[in-house]
Amino acid sequence: MSKKTLIVVGNGMVGHHFLEQFCASPAAAGFEIIVFGEEKQLAYDRVHLSEYFGGSTHADLAMGTLEWYTEQGIQLHLNEQVTGIDRENRTLETPRGSYRYDELVLATGSYPFVPPIEGNDRPHCLVYRTLDDLDAIRASSEGARTGVVVGGGLLGLEAANALKSLGLAAHVVEFAPRLMPVQLDADGGALLRHKIEELGVQVHTEKATKAITEGQDARLRMNFSDDSFLETDLIVFSAGIRPQDALARASGLDIGERGGIVINNHCTTSDPHVHAIGECALWEQKIFGLVAPGYTMARTLSAALNSDQEAAFTGADMSTKLKLLGVDVGSIGDAHAQTPGARNIRFNDEQAGHYRRMVISEDGKILLGAILVGDNSHYDTLLQYALNGITLPENPETLILPESQGGAPALGPDSLPETASICSCHNVTKGDICGAIDAGCSDLGSVKAETKASTGCGGCTALLKNVVDNELEKRGVEVSKDLCEHFPYSRQELFHLVKVNGIRTFRTLISQHGRGHGCDICKPAVASILATCWNEHILATDHVPLQDTNDTFMANMQKNGTYSIVPRIPGGEITPDKLIVLGQVAKEYDLYTKITGGQRVDLFGATLSQLPEIWEKLIAAGFETGHAYGKSLRTVKSCVGNTWCRYGVQDSVGMAIRLEDRYKGLRAPHKVKMAVSGCTRECAEAQSKDFGVIATEKGWNLYVCGNGGMRPRHGDLFATDLSDEELIRTIDRVVMFYVRTADRLQRTSVWMENLEGGLEYLKQVVLEDSLGIGAELEEHMEGIVSTYQCEWKTAVEDPEKRKRFREFVNAPSQNDPVQEWTVERGQRRPVLESA
Amino acid sequence: MKPRTRWEAVCTVDDLVPESGVAVWTEDGPVAVFYLPHRLPALFAISHTDPFSGANVLARGITGDLKGEPVVASPLYKQHFSLRTGFCLEDDSVRVKTYPVLLDGEQIRLEVPVTQRESIAA
Repeated sequence: MSKKTLIVVGNGMVGHHFLEQFCASPAAAGFEIIVFGEEKQLAYDRVHLSEYFGGSTHADLAMGTLEWYTEQGIQLHLNEQVTGIDRENRTLETPRGSYRYDELVLATGSYPFVPPIEGNDRPHCLVYRTLDDLDAIRASSEGARTGVVVGGGLLGLEAANALKSLGLAAHVVEFAPRLMPVQLDADGGALLRHKIEELGVQVHTEKATKAITEGQDARLRMNFSDDSFLETDLIVFSAGIRPQDALARASGLDIGERGGIVINNHCTTSDPHVHAIGECALWEQKIFGLVAPGYTMARTLSAALNSDQEAAFTGADMSTKLKLLGVDVGSIGDAHAQTPGARNIRFNDEQAGHYRRMVISEDGKILLGAILVGDNSHYDTLLQYALNGITLPENPETLILPESQGGAPALGPDSLPETASICSCHNVTKGDICGAIDAGCSDLGSVKAETKASTGCGGCTALLKNVVDNELEKRGVEVSKDLCEHFPYSRQELFHLVKVNGIRTFRTLISQHGRGHGCDICKPAVASILATCWNEHILATDHVPLQDTNDTFMANMQKNGTYSIVPRIPGGEITPDKLIVLGQVAKEYDLYTKITGGQRVDLFGATLSQLPEIWEKLIAAGFETGHAYGKSLRTVKSCVGNTWCRYGVQDSVGMAIRLEDRYKGLRAPHKVKMAVSGCTRECAEAQSKDFGVIATEKGWNLYVCGNGGMRPRHGDLFATDLSDEELIRTIDRVVMFYVRTADRLQRTSVWMENLEGGLEYLKQVVLEDSLGIGAELEEHMEGIVSTYQCEWKTAVEDPEKRKRFREFVNAPSQNDPVQEWTVERGQRRPVLESA
Repeated sequence: MKPRTRWEAVCTVDDLVPESGVAVWTEDGPVAVFYLPHRLPALFAISHTDPFSGANVLARGITGDLKGEPVVASPLYKQHFSLRTGFCLEDDSVRVKTYPVLLDGEQIRLEVPVTQRESIAA
């Protein structure tokens, strides 16, 4: 029997997803498949388009590979536009030929809407949709200083981010009175605007552009209907999308009044042999401008072509969770409370910049919608309540209150029903995940490979891991906590083995409790454990080969193989004489100098063999190592406190110095940062640190387990109005408990999130001494404090250790031929390979 | 024609660091020499230049084994290189140069290609 022909017009995300689904289904065997794409590239991830300016290439963004298309036997025609459809004869026309089809799939997507403004076709008026568009924006940004995005919706803000990353001063012009009018309410929009303006993007709302004319100071001038104007070098229109339905329209298919190819629940058009999916399709008068509904349509159509009459598209959840210009924004379900009788609960912390709104049903039982700005940590839980109609707790406000004010912890994986959608990109439910585990998947990786969960936008990664771990544990599968292939133990277990058995070297530990020779995962982890237990010098012969290069050479390796040096400046307080020495040393060795994020001075560009000489000079001036290289206490940041400040109520500098001196050199699973603020104005930003101290009239408030980094978190209030001694005793205990029980490279924030019982449990252990280990923890800390040595000093004074700093052991005068240097803003820096 | 090489003395046993690497300067450029006393052979030599960054740093990586293969992890971006073959374990299209190495009394010698006539006589 000869095969039928299926043609897909459009090679975007949805078209590609359809092919993946269809090719994996039984019906694929009966079809020859031909695909036409108008762009010259293979389908790519448009959701992450702005990363193209951040250095991603088409290959990074590509959805599939040419090999895959070849393997599936798909005939792929890229850069070939379909110009006509003859439905009577079931043929397609392109400039290169005519093709017959039996089934036709239109996945033509959408095009950016450009408002009908006089002058909108001038040079440097652009749109933001394809890689070619981005290349055009990049070209236009050459020699430009400012850029304007017309449209303050989701895509518009993405585009503004792109302009910013090209180094332009960015503006957003929005017709509505607020940003993201579809997803946000007035308060949410106002907060988003405030945050975005803080990031340096200027926002202009309620502005209608009348005409675009030639500019005087810049290339273009936008004239607004209120007679104001704005000059700019380029304009990006991002004022919404329109379904790409021209081809369907010309072939006489049913089209909606305002555009879009009309489809039924099986994604079939008014012609039974023509189907449409994605942003070109109109279902019940609705266009879905998100990728997840497009994917659902693709799956529905694939099932329908497999004669599955049950499969039906029944609408889609339009909830979104995004980071726009680094600001969290979430919108769920009926965000504008349009359901009759709906009630609202709002939480608005103006100081922290967090806005949360819940829309609940009249009887208070069901969550209908929500808006989040500034902090998306409640999104997953709220979405599960909304999508699955889970009955709300008696006091629903606890779902959006901060934990310190009695907020409820996140919804545990056990309370989710089987139908709960975990990954909305690929429509994977908790039931699907359980099914995959029942079918033999025994870890996160295989569940991901089997179900595709968390391989789309990645927003569900944490939730997925929770569900998988929980399900595995329920089935009695032990979730592997092995450190690596050499040790069948977690870091905490290794810590106990070392401590209880008095083990002092890696070799003893691996020969007694491990296998093989170790690796770059277990060696530094064990080095850290040994340091915490016995506090020997990290360059003691047995420990040298265990350390990462930064610890080995007690400086931070930079991209060209040179090192940077950070001397300790406790509390950030430094005398003029010491400052002068730093300047002199930097000058002598031509070191690039920068103040770090933690108020210290970083000296870059020293070669390996220069390190000991530089330290000698610094040590002579009274400096010691700042441990900027170690998983250890880095800095205790401080404001100026009551010594100088009109508002300070305690001596924050004094306390910061005291804390920094006490904990310096302590080895931990991850780096540890602290800060002390002299009043509640919080100039030291203490709440973003592992340990944050804020002065009160009566003493000190202690916050724990906050951090900056990739997933910033504010610390939780742990204890209030502590005296100096109480403060130090409390920190001693928490630090030591963390150091003993955390996993390898686990930050305090993640440690506490994974601690059963969380903050409350930690309070019991530390403040109430529920385990009776308080005194032991303090004693252990006292031992570390009393055996402190400056690692630089010990290294430069020991000729054997100093030998390690030879660049080439056989050629002391041979310099490392590092890559080239250049001078920028008056200082030497490495030449970047690809600018 | 066989490439011309010679066994260049690069350092002594005292210069080596057990379970780790040191860098030496050779006629063929910078080379990393690793001394792993608990396995046989115990000496390995590969190029000191990290192919992913172009920086001369491989001797400063952490050594170990992965599934029995002796490796060093680049200190910059952490790729593993086989000390036997020079292949990158994460990307087998990348390979660093390896050098035959031997212990001659207290001397460590590397077999390096020779470009100059005088060196051949040496």
